[in-house]
Amino acid sequence: MDAKVIVVTSGKGGVGKTTTTANIGAALAKLGEKVVVIDVDVGLRNLDVVMGLESRVVFDLIDVLEGKCRMSQALIRDKRVENLHLLPASQTRDKDALDPEVFKEVVRGLIETEGFDRVLIDSPAGIESGFRTAAAPATGALVVVNPEVSSVRDADRIIGLLEAQQINEIRLVINRLRPKMVASGNMLSEADILDILGVKPIGVVPEDEGIIVSTNIGEPAVLGKTRAGEAFMATARRLKGEDVPYPKFDVEGGFMAALRRLFGGA
Amino acid sequence: MFSWLKRGRTKETLKDRLELVLAYDRAQIPPGKVEALRNDLLEVVRKYFPTGQSSIEIEQRGDMVVLLANIPIDENAQGRSKP
Repeated sequence: MDAKVIVVTSGKGGVGKTTTTANIGAALAKLGEKVVVIDVDVGLRNLDVVMGLESRVVFDLIDVLEGKCRMSQALIRDKRVENLHLLPASQTRDKDALDPEVFKEVVRGLIETEGFDRVLIDSPAGIESGFRTAAAPATGALVVVNPEVSSVRDADRIIGLLEAQQINEIRLVINRLRPKMVASGNMLSEADILDILGVKPIGVVPEDEGIIVSTNIGEPAVLGKTRAGEAFMATARRLKGEDVPYPKFDVEGGFMAALRRLFGGA
Repeated sequence: MFSWLKRGRTKETLKDRLELVLAYDRAQIPPGKVEALRNDLLEVVRKYFPTGQSSIEIEQRGDMVVLLANIPIDENAQGRSKP
């Protein structure tokens, strides 16, 4: 993607926006970009805990806007990945504290003054002011969608709103796909979702318990070894323009399946 | 980095993190501020007792976040930076 400023959004809550922001951000930094991930969910911040950086928050985005600190004081450098930074949201204020035009200026400063290669903005759920503010500085968008009815419907709504804001580089991250259910015809496939939404996927991330474990300890999955982590890493590579093939997910996992394969069974 | 692989039970880590972060949320204090205070306090303690095994831990007790200092005062320690 050419866009330096990318909003991660979905409409529906709970589909994995924050996890996607943390992992794509960490992956891009691992691939050599200077990255800042911004939490715009003022009053309900969570990117800090998902990334395991909560104990280091002193100042936040709103403090910067109100001149209570310098940008460099609010930016938290992730010690595990070079060039990865977090700009946390305020936990004690509400959405009105952040004006879209002011936020645009902040993001411009991050690129022009602080020298970031990529800005990832974690949008709040919904289509109201929080989302609009998050999307204001963006020229690209990652729409996170789960293969289920309400998420796909909300994604369509969000895509329409993004296009209306002249955000033209829109890609889908299909999250929590269950390969077994897709194989048995009981879950939408990535091809189905492309058909329905008419937007190109850039990543397909399988449902993976490893994500719960990595979130428990506050370490983005791309820093460890999980199937979902590998899928996020591949997504980041595609985002940078690499042609990474989509892996065939092992539908039949487990010991018995391995035995069956070994003896030439189905 | 992967100590949890051996230990398992990452939910214990999560529970500790959540209890602490909720205590900060309820008190409306940025966690990093207390962390910075802890580090500054440790620096001062070490100035007086450079070889001592001092520690200051952040703990959550009920609705409060407390700093627990353990400063063994040992005049036989070599460092004599105190006037």
